[in-house]
Amino acid sequence: MKKIFEVPMYPYVRSNDQDATEAVRKPVVVIGAGPIGLGAAIDLAQQDIPVVIVDDNDKVSWGSRAICFAKRPLEILDRLGCGNAFVDKGVTWDTGKVFFDEREVYKFNLLPESNHKRPAFINLQQYYFEAYLVDRVNELAAEGKPIELRGNNKVLSIKDTDDGVHLLIDTPDGPYKLVADWVIACDGATSPTRSMMELDFVGRVFEDNFLIADVVMDAEFPTERWFWFDPPFNRGQSALLHKQPDNVWRIDLQLGWDIDREKEMEPERVKARLRKMLGDDVTFELEWVSIYTFQCRRMEKFRHGHVLFAGDSAHQVSPFGARGANSGLADTDNLCWKLKLVMDGTAPDSLLDTYDDERVYGAEENILNSSRSTDFITPKSDTSRLFRNAVLDLSEKVEFARPLVNSGRLSVPCTYDGSSLNGPDCNSMPMRTRPGSPALDAPIDGGWLMDALGNKFQLLAINAEVPAHMTVGDIEIEMLELKGGADLADRYLGEASSAVYLMRPDQHVAARWEQFDETAVIAALNTAVGR
Amino acid sequence: MSDLITSPNLNDPDGFYAELLALHDGRPEEESNAINAKLILILANHTGDRRVLTQAFALAVKD
Repeated sequence: MKKIFEVPMYPYVRSNDQDATEAVRKPVVVIGAGPIGLGAAIDLAQQDIPVVIVDDNDKVSWGSRAICFAKRPLEILDRLGCGNAFVDKGVTWDTGKVFFDEREVYKFNLLPESNHKRPAFINLQQYYFEAYLVDRVNELAAEGKPIELRGNNKVLSIKDTDDGVHLLIDTPDGPYKLVADWVIACDGATSPTRSMMELDFVGRVFEDNFLIADVVMDAEFPTERWFWFDPPFNRGQSALLHKQPDNVWRIDLQLGWDIDREKEMEPERVKARLRKMLGDDVTFELEWVSIYTFQCRRMEKFRHGHVLFAGDSAHQVSPFGARGANSGLADTDNLCWKLKLVMDGTAPDSLLDTYDDERVYGAEENILNSSRSTDFITPKSDTSRLFRNAVLDLSEKVEFARPLVNSGRLSVPCTYDGSSLNGPDCNSMPMRTRPGSPALDAPIDGGWLMDALGNKFQLLAINAEVPAHMTVGDIEIEMLELKGGADLADRYLGEASSAVYLMRPDQHVAARWEQFDETAVIAALNTAVGR
Repeated sequence: MSDLITSPNLNDPDGFYAELLALHDGRPEEESNAINAKLILILANHTGDRRVLTQAFALAVKD
């Protein structure tokens, strides 16, 4: 049977645009049909912005690649109307074990806070992730939403001019032209768009190779994340074992810098390595093998005129901590509502510069965390290794050393502290829902808070009086009077007895007060759209 | 907020020094290094004050 990633999911179909005598104009073209490009296109189409996605092939991700998805992206997928498919298929886990040499030194529980709709993490192969997004694209298209996915459409050249972004696109029938008002480039870490525009992508190179293998086996390993430092089956290096759906296990083995890539990829050699790790009595089948190296780097700016970069094309991190696809979805979550307001003429063009400000801030946080994990996992000097091993030794005996063990700090959403879009804060309320923070889920009367949030500006009222309607400029604010229990109070009231929150369309807090004040809300709304 | 103590603060300096050196008696360098690394971590956690630790780092690398 063919694997899902071997079958064309969006085969090439000739478009009428290819027969036009002049380049056809499109409001938005998204380059790349990976998780980020598909997410961006779905977000825009849901807001009735016509969008064309062009991708240089016609299949979903080859191999599992990104496998660990955090709660925040699952909430974004809910807002994109398709979260259930991912969570139903994904493997939920919350226990991790750390091994050093031949011993298990300790285990931890992620201890996800209770009373959130979505789990802290799921594991799901990137090919399923993309397949479910393609399903959502098709569903929206069937509903008449303006979205089109064009397979085997490879961008050959791109030029941003005063009258739009000119694209030359190659197809099996030869090249054709499009002009786009806006382009979102989601074409991955090696982004051809970035290269064609001759833009910088600088950072730190890590001299290491990792063998990554997906194996199918009926094994008794529990659904946990196991991480080995210096194990007997991979001396001096690290290893990771993680479960995915369909009895597929992700195994990562650090190989070091000086290796023969071709030789290490030979199936027999890989199998020998895995037998050493899993034991001779475990039978398994190799689904996918790859060797990767990585860098931590980013573009200086994610916005270049009418071309906006999102996901790995804009920033690249080490895989430790699941910060690649997770932060890419946070990019488009941040970008799409801003683009909509600018395209409608409701907000100034400068609102898009705050995409750059807020997501560069997010990327810096991810690069910092992922560089620190990498330095712990792969010590670069004798002293670095000495301290790393001292931490691991101590972690077995005393609790204090465990927070120092860094096998990847798992992705948590970024709070945009200091953003120019943030309005007033209220000191008596909880820190974690301060302006710039993504909303925290909580049960409310009739369901979940997150299901009630997003896609528009909203005013949340808890024990406070708000008017029935409010429109500022052309922007309508939806009023939500919330009733909930202890979790809602704990996450949104703190010491205060009442609260009014202004929420952005990306479910982030813009401003908050104890009571409704019309003038203050108008000012905060204008601040939040950069006008 | 406290600062790093730089005045004498050990009531038995000679005894402390002897005990510290005794830890390393007859050990190969690799083992000694590992002990020192653990000691730094243990004492840093006991101190528990990031500001004091930053001041200690600065003092340790000062010419």
